[in-house]
Amino acid sequence: MLDDFFVRALLAGIGVALTAGPLGCFVVWRRMAYFGDTMAHAGLLGVALSLVLQVAPVFGVFVVAATIAGALLLLDRRGALSTDALLGLLSHGTLAVGLVLVALMTWVRIDLTALLFGDVLAVGVTDIALIWAGGAVVLAGLFWFWRPLLADTVHPDLAAAEGMHPERARAVLMLLMALVIAVAMKVVGVLLITSLLIIPAAAARRLAATPEAMAVLAALTGVLAVVLGLFASLQWDTPSGPSIVVAAILLFGAGLALPALRLGR
Amino acid sequence: MANAASLPDVSHAPDGPLVRLSGVGVHRAGRWLTRNVDLDVRPGEIVTLIGPNGSGKTTTAKVAAGIVRADEGRAETRRGLRVGYVPQRIQIDWTLPITVRRLMTLTSRQSAAEIAAALDAVGIAHLAEAEVQSLSGGEFQRALLARAMVRRPDLLILDEPVQGVDFTGEVTLYGLIKRIRDESGCGILLISHDLHVVMAETDTVVCLNGHVCCRGTPQTVAENPEYLRLFGGRAAGALAVYRHQHDHTHLPDGRIRNADGSITDGHAHHHDGHHHGHAHEGHG
Repeated sequence: MLDDFFVRALLAGIGVALTAGPLGCFVVWRRMAYFGDTMAHAGLLGVALSLVLQVAPVFGVFVVAATIAGALLLLDRRGALSTDALLGLLSHGTLAVGLVLVALMTWVRIDLTALLFGDVLAVGVTDIALIWAGGAVVLAGLFWFWRPLLADTVHPDLAAAEGMHPERARAVLMLLMALVIAVAMKVVGVLLITSLLIIPAAAARRLAATPEAMAVLAALTGVLAVVLGLFASLQWDTPSGPSIVVAAILLFGAGLALPALRLGR
Repeated sequence: MANAASLPDVSHAPDGPLVRLSGVGVHRAGRWLTRNVDLDVRPGEIVTLIGPNGSGKTTTAKVAAGIVRADEGRAETRRGLRVGYVPQRIQIDWTLPITVRRLMTLTSRQSAAEIAAALDAVGIAHLAEAEVQSLSGGEFQRALLARAMVRRPDLLILDEPVQGVDFTGEVTLYGLIKRIRDESGCGILLISHDLHVVMAETDTVVCLNGHVCCRGTPQTVAENPEYLRLFGGRAAGALAVYRHQHDHTHLPDGRIRNADGSITDGHAHHHDGHHHGHAHEGHG
């Protein structure tokens, strides 16, 4: 079964969607969309550095994305620039440096389009194993830190006063985001990863009454988007990564037409 | 409570302080937000902080809550202290779906019965399934109070718990806070939203203006001859109203310029030296 490229693509996409949905809820709640974008763009730099250092790209992307997140938190605390400007600087800065580095490495043949927009139809069994293992770590981390993360999202001071150790939870969230970006890059590419985080979560909002219900609905919406997108891609011969995002957007639009269900009460 | 040392000497004494600030100062962006604050909150005690805007009330409460680290002085809490906190401002993003019931277990696991009892105590049991973003100001403050009390805290820190609530609501909420103290025996550190208003049940009023200006019981305030002359027996109600004027300026280094132009060191400053004009009134 796994020798069929389409089955492999489905498994990879579903694995990413299951983790990106719940994690994406925090991205939406905490207004971190641009933050996630910046980390994802840094992923290209991670790939370039991995090629130079001859390590697995997943590893390079994870380290660079996590480093950029840490740098952002530090620079933000110093308050030299507005967060917004800082994000723009690092987001496009890392993307540009990554593109320049990739271009300079004339001795390796790199499919830039696959890096930017994903190439889910080319995933191998190792990629799937990485996605599901990484996804399991992300879901376990979210489950373990759910209460502190949610408390910090509602009110950081309240979380600190009541012994939730919010800084620890925030650091964990950054690492989990870096991990999702590292494993999801193969599926949708650095330019579209944030959409898999945000769109399913946004679509789930009106249908959920509790944070937990929204996380589950976001995961399911993401899975549906992957399945619809991949079948559409097969049917009409469209690029798979963008097709998944288009499917997610259509689901979001369909959700707007539904009455508010407020599941999870 | 990472920044607060525990109080080994009082950890076994039931009447010992839950939290003790000694000479606490917090320095931010080149100025002292608050300085030389000494403060104890004991079990069953209600301590009310009053003071003008920017006088360091919230900062002081945050040091006591272990949110902000003291840049000078010491903040000590009892070992294993359980804090319940109602922050001054809390804005929950619309994208986060959260019902009143779910809010109750934000920082701790609670049984359905405990949640129902807490919501019932603050009188919003009928709103358990409502989204918190749909609550009115008064309902939201009640929900926040229920959330803090359902934890069964040793120390309840309430930063302006009656803000945005009308007068009747205020009286009810103050009554509720008193009941929480009476029934659970917890210590309460309360910040008044109004320089002039303190709860009548307050044991100690601490007036801040960048440092501790004065402190005392509302009763001593109520027995003040000037106070009685102005308002007589009307003071014995649910609210004591406590008016306070400052006649000195605080310099960035923590020293004080008095009305006569002399400059004194904040360290050696006591209430007697302040020459505050006091006027007190009460209504109930």
